Amino acid sequence: MSGRAVFLKLPGHITKATDDQSMYKYDDYDQRIVADRVRQFHDQTQRFLDGKLSEDEFLPLRLQNGLYVQRFAPMLRIAIPYGMVNSEQLRKLSDISRRYDKGYVHFTTRQNLQLNWPSLEEVPNILEELTSVQMHAIQTSGNCIRNTTTDQFAGVAHDEIVDPRPWCEIIRQWSTLHPEFSFLPRKFKIAVSGSVEDRAATNVHDIGIHAHLNDNGAVRFKILAGGGLGRTPMIGSVIKESLEPEHLLSYLYAVLRVYNQYGRRDNKYKARIKILVKALTPQVFAEKVEQEWLPIKDSNAHLPEQEISRVASFFTEPAYQSLASVDLNDLALSASVPFQLWLKRNVHLHKKPGYSAVTLTLKATADAPGDASAEQLDAIADLADKYSFGELRVSHEQNLIFADVQQKQLYELWQQLEILGLATPNQGLLTDMICCPGGDFCALANARSIPLAEDIQRRFENIDFLHDIGELDLNISGCMNACGHHHVGHIGILGVDRKGEEYYQIQVGGASGYDTSLGKILGPSFKMEEVPDVVNKLLQTYVKERRPDERFIDTCRRIGVEPFKESVYAAA
Amino acid sequence: MPLLKDGTHTENQYKVLSAEEATDALPPGDYLFPVSHIELALQFQAEGHGKSGLWLDSSDEPRISTDLLNQFTVVAVNFPKFIDGRGYSIAFLLRERLGFNGDIRAIGDVLVDQLNYMRRCGFSSFELREDQDVEVAVREMNGFTNFYQTSADEAIPAYRLRHNL
Repeated sequence: MSGRAVFLKLPGHITKATDDQSMYKYDDYDQRIVADRVRQFHDQTQRFLDGKLSEDEFLPLRLQNGLYVQRFAPMLRIAIPYGMVNSEQLRKLSDISRRYDKGYVHFTTRQNLQLNWPSLEEVPNILEELTSVQMHAIQTSGNCIRNTTTDQFAGVAHDEIVDPRPWCEIIRQWSTLHPEFSFLPRKFKIAVSGSVEDRAATNVHDIGIHAHLNDNGAVRFKILAGGGLGRTPMIGSVIKESLEPEHLLSYLYAVLRVYNQYGRRDNKYKARIKILVKALTPQVFAEKVEQEWLPIKDSNAHLPEQEISRVASFFTEPAYQSLASVDLNDLALSASVPFQLWLKRNVHLHKKPGYSAVTLTLKATADAPGDASAEQLDAIADLADKYSFGELRVSHEQNLIFADVQQKQLYELWQQLEILGLATPNQGLLTDMICCPGGDFCALANARSIPLAEDIQRRFENIDFLHDIGELDLNISGCMNACGHHHVGHIGILGVDRKGEEYYQIQVGGASGYDTSLGKILGPSFKMEEVPDVVNKLLQTYVKERRPDERFIDTCRRIGVEPFKESVYAAA
Repeated sequence: MPLLKDGTHTENQYKVLSAEEATDALPPGDYLFPVSHIELALQFQAEGHGKSGLWLDSSDEPRISTDLLNQFTVVAVNFPKFIDGRGYSIAFLLRERLGFNGDIRAIGDVLVDQLNYMRRCGFSSFELREDQDVEVAVREMNGFTNFYQTSADEAIPAYRLRHNL
């Protein structure tokens, strides 16, 4: 037994993508790493249960395996890497939720999935079952590099310049069980976008990566650092304008090493990289990274061309048929109003003629935002097989997406989604809220989020009114950790604690995307029952002030927060 | 405290000195001096009182010339608390950037569940916290056969192994 490296060379086994699926598939290396990790966690959990590992020492180990201990029960967060999941995996998740939990799952704002009621003793068994469908819960929490996220329309978006998924997978592997960066000052989140529109909120991540093409048509990355939400929301700063793909990993090493060494560890609220970038200034931070990067740029951290090609080979197009585009207006013409509304809101442009992407919002009134039952998961898996190459996407807005639906099958699909309660035509509307689990589940929360979301949904159930208001991001967080992304909601709601009572602070004017802005707080907070009225006043102000075709956020930006503030605090 | 080196339990010959203890009135013996006392460490060794090593705290920056560093056979990195991960980067820099070829030792709050990461970052010996189980330590240190990243050990990352690079 040597203290030095022990590693296994597997005999020339390289998996390549098959033609029918455009998803990454584990090879023997990937499978072995997740299996070793599960075996390790079995052992650690057993030592904890035997009293040989203290609570404090077990804490980061269980967190880095996705296991929280929440208000009422443990919570297990399972990674859905960059939001891609196939029907076989969905069926497994449904099966796990039935056997180990209460038969439902919760989709989070970072393309993960949570089980709210597993038992600690059984978590290693759940993790073992996940490996059988090439899934894991590694680094879904803890002070380490988390699940890398991206655009839910990656690979099919009409405005895509570079497919972000191969880069996400390369980062996923590199960040998994990283020996140097698993005890960082704080959690670390990376998001990648490769489209004209940023649908992955890259500007508010610890590292945001904008993949683009240079003048010669070669892939380059613009790197941002120091964005984030939480107590001190900040928009990331560009630290590298144009990075060559072969240097992606070495550059990430450099950023993380600077952060690992100089990020604050004395105060958990000042420990994120954004505080370091601001304290040093982005220029000085970028210089430090550059100094750290130059000596390693051509080391073993250099990403081989063969590996880039191998990973990219999994994300080729599925077996599209050559189809003519269907005019959705024609489809809508003689159809029912609910179908028309659904076509308008939940069906999205696709790069291929004759195909559309379809959003299933998990935002039906009275269901906790982001929740899906085991029955729904099974049905969704069947529909994915039938209509979308057996694959599903998860968005940071806590919705599900069929990425590749033939337009001529849209009506048929809609009928089946209606029966399942998954055809709510509210994608991007007021009731399609981002909402954290809040005080009903989370031990950190100051206030509940889910009942408030329901109150708002009930108040604004009139679908004509919702469609008239149009695109509006309403985001709710139960505390300032901002899991519900309230800073970047057009309307953001933050739960606060006022002398032991739940109150809600309202802000307007936030937005994610390349033109990210942070919302401005209107003033004193409100009780839960007052919030729907406050939202209504904001909407009435918008209706009064808007110009034709102006979205809520555009009106906000044009007239500022004052008129909104006045409407909310004016004496009745 | 149990010392793990080359995968086995060995005798620890070095005593870690605090800044107050590191004076020129030390009795003969083998010591790890705080990095701030590098001159004293060199002098102590040169005068034949015993072997000197250095130790860095997690807040120390590894800024020592390679020549100077390689005058010592042991350089230790302290983990004041096991969740303080700066020591991993310090070890990496000592090994890879500064080219230290002696023993890099983890001291302080050194627990069995972190040994695999420490080993990968360049640590070659481990002064385990008193209550740690050596048998579990050896098992945990060798619990993985493949790795996704390059670090300061000899492991070839999967992205190179796959292509016989």
